[in-house]
Amino acid sequence: MRAITVVGASLAGLAATRALRDQGFDGRIVVVGDETHAPYDRPPLSKEFLAGALSAEDLALTTPEDAELAAEWRLGRRATGLDAAERTVVLDDGERITTDGVVLATGARARPLPGTVPAGVHTLRSLDDALALGADLAPGVRLVVVGAGFIGSEIASTAVGLGAEVEVVEAAAVPLERPLGTEMGLVCAGLHAAAGVRLHTGCGVAEIVGSPRVTAVRLTDGRELPADVVVVGIGAIPNVEWLAGAGVVLDDGVATDAQGATSVPGVVAVGDCANAHRGYTGSTMRLEHWTNAVQQPVGAVAALLGRVHTPAPHHEVPYFWSDQYGHRIQFAGHRTPDCRVEIAEGDPAAADFLAVYLDPAGNPVAALGVDRARSFGRMRRQLGSRLAAAS
Amino acid sequence: MIYVGTVADIPDGEAVRVQGEVAIAVFHVEGTLYAIDDTCTHQDASLSDGWVDGCAVECPLHAACFDLRTGRPSGPPAKKAVRTHRVVLADGHVWVEETVGVEAEARAGVPVAVGAGESA
Repeated sequence: MRAITVVGASLAGLAATRALRDQGFDGRIVVVGDETHAPYDRPPLSKEFLAGALSAEDLALTTPEDAELAAEWRLGRRATGLDAAERTVVLDDGERITTDGVVLATGARARPLPGTVPAGVHTLRSLDDALALGADLAPGVRLVVVGAGFIGSEIASTAVGLGAEVEVVEAAAVPLERPLGTEMGLVCAGLHAAAGVRLHTGCGVAEIVGSPRVTAVRLTDGRELPADVVVVGIGAIPNVEWLAGAGVVLDDGVATDAQGATSVPGVVAVGDCANAHRGYTGSTMRLEHWTNAVQQPVGAVAALLGRVHTPAPHHEVPYFWSDQYGHRIQFAGHRTPDCRVEIAEGDPAAADFLAVYLDPAGNPVAALGVDRARSFGRMRRQLGSRLAAAS
Repeated sequence: MIYVGTVADIPDGEAVRVQGEVAIAVFHVEGTLYAIDDTCTHQDASLSDGWVDGCAVECPLHAACFDLRTGRPSGPPAKKAVRTHRVVLADGHVWVEETVGVEAEARAGVPVAVGAGESA
């Protein structure tokens, strides 16, 4: 391979670029990114950056050493098509980049509410989103967060810290039920109440009221919550529409094998846009996790270069964290509905505990820690070693 | 100098945290004690809660690894090194001499073998 295009200039695209050089690829690398910003770290956008504790400069992912990557950056340019047979990436300005290999790392975008919405309604995915939301938040501002998932909960937490009056609306009866289960979902939901944030569960949004600017959120049960600002955190959509008809198999993202290989030779997919086969579950999963975006490209790039990469066993265990209301929540593994939860340490009522999810045979398959970094880390390793033993 | 404890307080593969001007983590790896800043340079996380693998510690929040000997990050996402500190062992008691100010740039901390400084 003499030249490789990386489509996507966020964490996964940068990780792929670094991995290419780390693994000895000395050819041409073109990196395409639709944002004008150089790669930056997204997790702080809903937390320290929104709170004003970190600057945009602090978020930069690249270091002076990354100049040695000698990549050609095409920032502020969107890929609009792929000719898979030729491995040609077409950009929005008509430029055609033909290389020997392509890394798809186009990520995901925030799922919007359907229809047009008035001013003051936000989603949060990018640096520019965070700047726009931050400009709307101030002491006394009434914020309604739609969706009590991790991003919505983090924004609620940060906004409370900024002095906003916050209410959270969640369509499901129990927030985070799918990833965490009913019992632990309720524990996390309790963090809102402890911080004085009202959580309305089991009701959807009927209408965003106000024109030209939002004044309220009307719920499906008829109630109306006054709102100066609304944030919608109802999930993400993989950015793969541009690949329609390219011959790359799509299935909730780009379908890949465990190494990141797509259905087209010379094309791999990584990060939030990749629905990859996971050794940990033996099934395909699209993960929107930070560590996945860092670690997955190492294997995918190896596959592209015809090398074999064996990841550390604990890196195969899906992992994410969330910081809310001064608590650090960490989750590893994969919970299935037939799991039961055992408290290994601490007390959920005190929001200080380690919980282990056991499958019907009594084997640990996932763990949830709140402010238990050390024992959580051990459990995460243990989950990984179980995987290594099974393979 | 900051008192850490007895050698027996830090089993092999474990770490303890002590408070200097900033928090310092003292690691015991196969008979050698290392001291580095406890707080990951990437984001707020305590390295003494991390996982020790050879001469590296992996941050418990992300996968950032730091070399215990040099404090340098051996992998992303960390960009900056943590400071290293001198470990002093006397009669089975462990002390740390905190690296301060400009020294941090110039001097690497000195690890110490667990058996060192013991009276024969």
